[in-house]
Amino acid sequence: MRVEGHGLIDRTTPVGFSFDGHQYTGYAGDTLASALLANGIRLVGRSFKYHRPRGILTAGSEEPNALVTLGLEAGQEPNVRATTAELFEGMLARSQNAWPSLNFDVMAVNDLAAPFLGAGFYYKTFMWPKAFWEKLYEPVIRRAAGLGALSGAPNADKYEKAFAHCDLLVIGAGPAGLMAALTAARAGVDVILCDEDTRTGGRLNAETLEVAGQPGADWAAALTADLSAMPNVRIMTRTTVMGAYDQGTYGAIEKLAPDTVMRAGAPRECFWRIVAKRAVLAAGALERPVAFQDNDRPGVMMAGAVRAYLNRWRVSPGKNVVVFGNTDSAHRTAADLLAAGVHVSALIDARHHATCDLDVPFHAGAKVAQAHGRKGLEAVSVASVSGIDKIQADCLAMSGGWNPSVHLTCHMGARPVWSPDHEAFLPVAGAIPGLETAGACQGDFSTRACLEGGVVAANRALDDMGKKAQSPDLPMAEDSAYDITALWAVPGKGRAWLDFQNDVTVKDVKQSATENFRSVEHMKRYTTQGMATDQGKNSNVAALAVLADATGQGIPETGTTTFRPPYVPVSVASMGAGSQGAGFAPQRHMTSHKASIERAAPMIEVGLWYRPSYFPKPGETHWRQSCDREVTMVRTHVGIADVSTLGKIDIQGPDAGAFLDFVYTNTFSTLKEGRVRYGLMLREDGHVMDDGTTARIGRDHYLMTTTTAAAGQVMRHLDFVHQCLCPQMDVRFVSVTEHWAQFAIAGPKSRALLNGLLDQAIDDAGWPFMSCGGVQVGGIGGRLFRISFSGEQGYELAIPARYGDSLFRELLARAEAMEGGAYGMEALNILRIEKGFITHSEIDGRVTAFDIGMDRMVSGKKECIGKAAAARPGLRDPARPQLVGLKPVGAVQELLAGAHLFNADEEAISANDQGYITSVGYSPTVGHFLGLGFLKDGRARHGEKIRMVDHLRKSETLCEVIDPVVFDPEGGRLRG
Amino acid sequence: MVELQAKSPFEGLLPLSVGSVGVSEVAPGHLTSIAPFRGQAKALSAALKDAHGMAAPAPNRVTGREGARALWFGHDMLMLQGPAADGALRKHAALTDQSHGWAIVRLEGADAAEVLARLAPIDLRDSQFKRGHTARTELRHMMASITRLGPQSYQVMVFRGFAETLVHDLKVAMQSVAARAVGSG
Repeated sequence: MRVEGHGLIDRTTPVGFSFDGHQYTGYAGDTLASALLANGIRLVGRSFKYHRPRGILTAGSEEPNALVTLGLEAGQEPNVRATTAELFEGMLARSQNAWPSLNFDVMAVNDLAAPFLGAGFYYKTFMWPKAFWEKLYEPVIRRAAGLGALSGAPNADKYEKAFAHCDLLVIGAGPAGLMAALTAARAGVDVILCDEDTRTGGRLNAETLEVAGQPGADWAAALTADLSAMPNVRIMTRTTVMGAYDQGTYGAIEKLAPDTVMRAGAPRECFWRIVAKRAVLAAGALERPVAFQDNDRPGVMMAGAVRAYLNRWRVSPGKNVVVFGNTDSAHRTAADLLAAGVHVSALIDARHHATCDLDVPFHAGAKVAQAHGRKGLEAVSVASVSGIDKIQADCLAMSGGWNPSVHLTCHMGARPVWSPDHEAFLPVAGAIPGLETAGACQGDFSTRACLEGGVVAANRALDDMGKKAQSPDLPMAEDSAYDITALWAVPGKGRAWLDFQNDVTVKDVKQSATENFRSVEHMKRYTTQGMATDQGKNSNVAALAVLADATGQGIPETGTTTFRPPYVPVSVASMGAGSQGAGFAPQRHMTSHKASIERAAPMIEVGLWYRPSYFPKPGETHWRQSCDREVTMVRTHVGIADVSTLGKIDIQGPDAGAFLDFVYTNTFSTLKEGRVRYGLMLREDGHVMDDGTTARIGRDHYLMTTTTAAAGQVMRHLDFVHQCLCPQMDVRFVSVTEHWAQFAIAGPKSRALLNGLLDQAIDDAGWPFMSCGGVQVGGIGGRLFRISFSGEQGYELAIPARYGDSLFRELLARAEAMEGGAYGMEALNILRIEKGFITHSEIDGRVTAFDIGMDRMVSGKKECIGKAAAARPGLRDPARPQLVGLKPVGAVQELLAGAHLFNADEEAISANDQGYITSVGYSPTVGHFLGLGFLKDGRARHGEKIRMVDHLRKSETLCEVIDPVVFDPEGGRLRG
Repeated sequence: MVELQAKSPFEGLLPLSVGSVGVSEVAPGHLTSIAPFRGQAKALSAALKDAHGMAAPAPNRVTGREGARALWFGHDMLMLQGPAADGALRKHAALTDQSHGWAIVRLEGADAAEVLARLAPIDLRDSQFKRGHTARTELRHMMASITRLGPQSYQVMVFRGFAETLVHDLKVAMQSVAARAVGSG
C-alpha cells in the first residue's frame, strides 16, 4: 500500500501495467516490484524446486524470488528481476514456473514430497539406467524445476557493444562513489561514474538519513548535477559493472531506459568494455537474510528493502509489520515505518544488550523462529528466554547484518578476509591492480565513513597517476558505529531457507557435511547453493557459516567459494551484440559482384569473399547443367572468371629475390623480368603451406599470388620470416589484393578476345606462356599475366579496381559475342581437376611436397623454410598417401569427396584405410567423374582398382587409380 | 578503343546521415604506400618534405594537410594520400600504388566519436586522439585506419571490398547513437 509523502516517484504520472493478465497502476519512478507491492501483491513467483509461493525479498539486483517474464513472443524476456525492472506504460509482466497459475501451481506437490527431495536426491535416485538420465529424467526434472523460458523466436531486439576509456572508473554512485568521483573530477582527470540504479545516490535514496543538513537523496542529486556539468565526468546510470579483467578493463552491462528502448534503432542493452587507468570500487553492501523455519513466505523481506520501498517509493509492504534484526538497522526500519504511520507490532533484536527508544513492543535477545501463512505471511513465532510468542504480522522486515560487495575484488583470484568485528568478509587491498575500495564494500557502514572513504580512495588513485590530492568539503552525516551479534540460522524444526533461488535449506547444508562434502566448494556443488542466477549474493556467507558450524571449523577456515564474473546476469544477446544477420561477418565483395548478381549467379563464401558459383542460362534447372556448359565453353571457346580474390602481395627491395628464395622451395632470384613462375611454400615443419605464381615485375620488384583464403596467413608468415628470421634482408611487402581487379580469360579464343580489347595487340612470341607485363586498356594501365589454371591458353588481366566493374562487363560482352561467357567456381574447379592442379582441398596442411609429387621443386641448391624438416625420413616414406587421380569403374559412377579408399578385397574399416578423396567433379570433357585423392604409395599404383567407401553418405564404388593429370598431359593447349 | 568507366565502391550507398552524424565518401585521389628501405627512414622523410611538403609521420601520427597527407600506416609503412608520389622517393622506399584498394569515408558530426566507440576499441578521448592522430585498429570485424581530421570529423579506411559492410556497420551504430540522443541534453 502507498503511504503519504513524495519519495522519488512522480504521483502526477500514473503508469498502467499488467501482471498475470490483471491491470494495475503505478507511478513514474516505480519499479515493477514497488508497483506490485503498492497494489498489495505479495505472491509474485514460485520457487525453483519446490514451487513454494514466493514474494519480493529485496529492492535490488540481488533479488532471488521476484523473477518475471516481460513482453510477448520474439520480444519476450525471461527472468527479469522485478526489483530492477523500471515500470513503463503498457508493461506486460508474467510470473514464472507456475502451472496452471501462480495461485494454484500443481507442481507445488514437490513441496509436500520435500522430505525425499533434499540435496543430492536427484543424483542418487535417477542414476540408473544410465541412458534414462539424458532422455527421460533430466528433461522431466528440468521442466518441473526451472525459470522462465525464451520464446524460441529469433530475437527481434537490438543490442549494442561499446568501448569507453577514462582515467578513473568509479563503480557505484552511493555516498562513497559520489565523493570519489568529485575528488577525482576536481583533479581534472577523466572520470566515469557507473551505477546499476536508474539514479545516483545508492542507499541515500532508500534512507531518511541527512547529508549536509538536507535529505540524502537531495544531496546526491545536487552533487550529481554538479558532476554532470563537468566536461571530464561521464555518469552512466543503469550500468552495472559486472567484471574486472586484465589491464584495467572492466565489463559493464547497461540496460537502457524503457522510453529509450522504444525508439527506432535503439538498443535494449549495451555491453560496455571500459578501460580505466585506475578504479574505485564503491559497490556498497548487501543485507543478508536470517534462516528460520519458513522464512521464505511472501511478506518476509529484507529490512533495508522495506525502508527502500517506504522511503523511495512510498510503499509499505505491510499494514502490520514485525521488524527483526541484529544491528541498529532494525531500529532504523521500525523508526521509518512509525514515521510513515505504519503499525509496527514488534521490534525483535537478537542482541541481548540492545536497548530501544522507540514506541514499539521491544524484545531484546529474542529471535523469530518461524513464519506462518502459506501464500502470504500471517504471523511470526518469536523465541525468547520466556518462551515462544506468536505475533500477527503481514510483513516481517528482517536483517542478519550486511555483506560488503567484495565480488569485483575477487575476479582475479583473490579471496576476501573474515572480519570478526563486522561478522563479514572484507576485500583485501591490491586484489585487482589499480583498484581501490571505498565505503560499505570495505566495511565502512556509516554514511560519514563512506563519504570520507570515497575521498581517500580517489586520492590514492590520483597519487598513483601523479595527480595532486584534492580535499573537497566533507558534508555532515550520520556516523554511527556498527554493532552486530552474529545471527545465521535460528534453531528449530522444519525447513529454514538459505538460498531462496535454488531452494537450499540449512538442513541441506548440514546433510552435505554429514555426507562428507565438507569443503565449501563441495558443499556448493552438493546442494547447488549459490549456483542460481543470483550467484548466492543473498546466501553464500550464511551458508558457509552454517557449514562452518556443522563441521566445527571456523568461518575463516571454511572460506568462500570463488567469485566469478558476471556480478549480475548478462544476456547472451548483449555479448553477441551486432552479430545478428549481416553483422555476423563482414562481406567482401569483388568489383564484379553486382554484374554477377544481375546474371543470377548464386554466390558462395570463400573466406570473407563472395564468389559466383555458376552463371545460369535460361532453361538450365540444375547447377550441373550450367557447370558442364561453362567447362565446355572454356575448352572450346573462351571463358571469363573474376580471380581478384587471390592474394596479391607486392614485394620490393634489393633482397626481394633472396627473400623469395628463402620462403619458396624453388628459386625466384633467377626468374627473368617479365616472367612468372609457380612457387611452393612450406611451413617450418616441412608441410605445404601455400602455392601460387609469382611474377617478376622489375629488377627488385615481384608480385606474389596466394590462394584466396590463405592470403592473410601468407602475409603473416612473410612478416614473421622477415622480422624474426631474416631481419637483415632489405625487403618490403604490402598487400595489393584490393587495388587490382583481375580476370581470367581462358580458352582457345582468349587471345582473339584480348586483341580486340587491349590498346596494343599481343602475339605468342611477345607473350609466351608464363610471361607478364604492363598493358593499356582504353588508356588505363593494367597488367597482363599469361598463366592458366584451366589448362587452356589463358591470361589474367589486372586493372585498377575502380575500373573492375566496367572491364568485367566489357569482357563478358566480348566473350559472349564469341560464344563464350562467364564461368564460376564450379566450372573453375572441374577445369583444374581435369588438369590435376591442386588447391587447399589437397594441400590441407597435412601434406608434403613429396606427397603431391612436387619433391623436385624443393631446390637442392639453397636453403628454404621447411626444407630440413621435410627431409625427415617419416615425411618421405613411400607408404605415405600420395596424390593420385581416380575415375569410377564400378556400378556407381559418382565419386564423393571425403570418402576413404580401401583395397578391393579388404573390409572397409579404419585399420585397412588406404587413403581418401579430396576433390571430385563430373568432367564433361571426358564424360565421367574424376577425382583427386591421396593413396598410400599411390604413384606406383596407377592402373590399380581401388574401393571407395563413404561411410557417412552410405555410398561405395570401385575406382581406377590414374595419373592426376587427365586432360592434355603434355600441356600443348596452354602453351599454344 | 574501349572506354572503361570508373566506379566508386560506395555507389548507391553514400552519403548517409543519421541523427547528428553524416558519412560521405572521401574523394579518392592518389594513395601510395611508402615503406622505407633499411636505414632510409630519415632520408625518406627529407625527400618527402622536399617533394610533398611534409615530413614522415611518427607512429600513430599524420603529417601534411587536407589534400596531401602522410598517414602512419603500420610498422615501417606510411600512406601518402592526395598527390601522386614523386618518383624521387623510390630511391629511399618501396612505393606501391594503392589508389583503388581502399574505401575511404569521412565520418562527421557531434556524435561521431560516440559512433566510432561502438565499433573500435581505441581511446578516442579528445586528450588522447587529437587532430593529426591516426590508428590502425579494428572496426568491428574489419582492419581499418582511423584518422582524426577535426574536432568532430574522422577519416575511416577499410579495404575496398568491405565498403558495403563499412556502411552497414556505421549505419547500425549511428542509429543506436541517434536513438539515445533524442531528447537528452
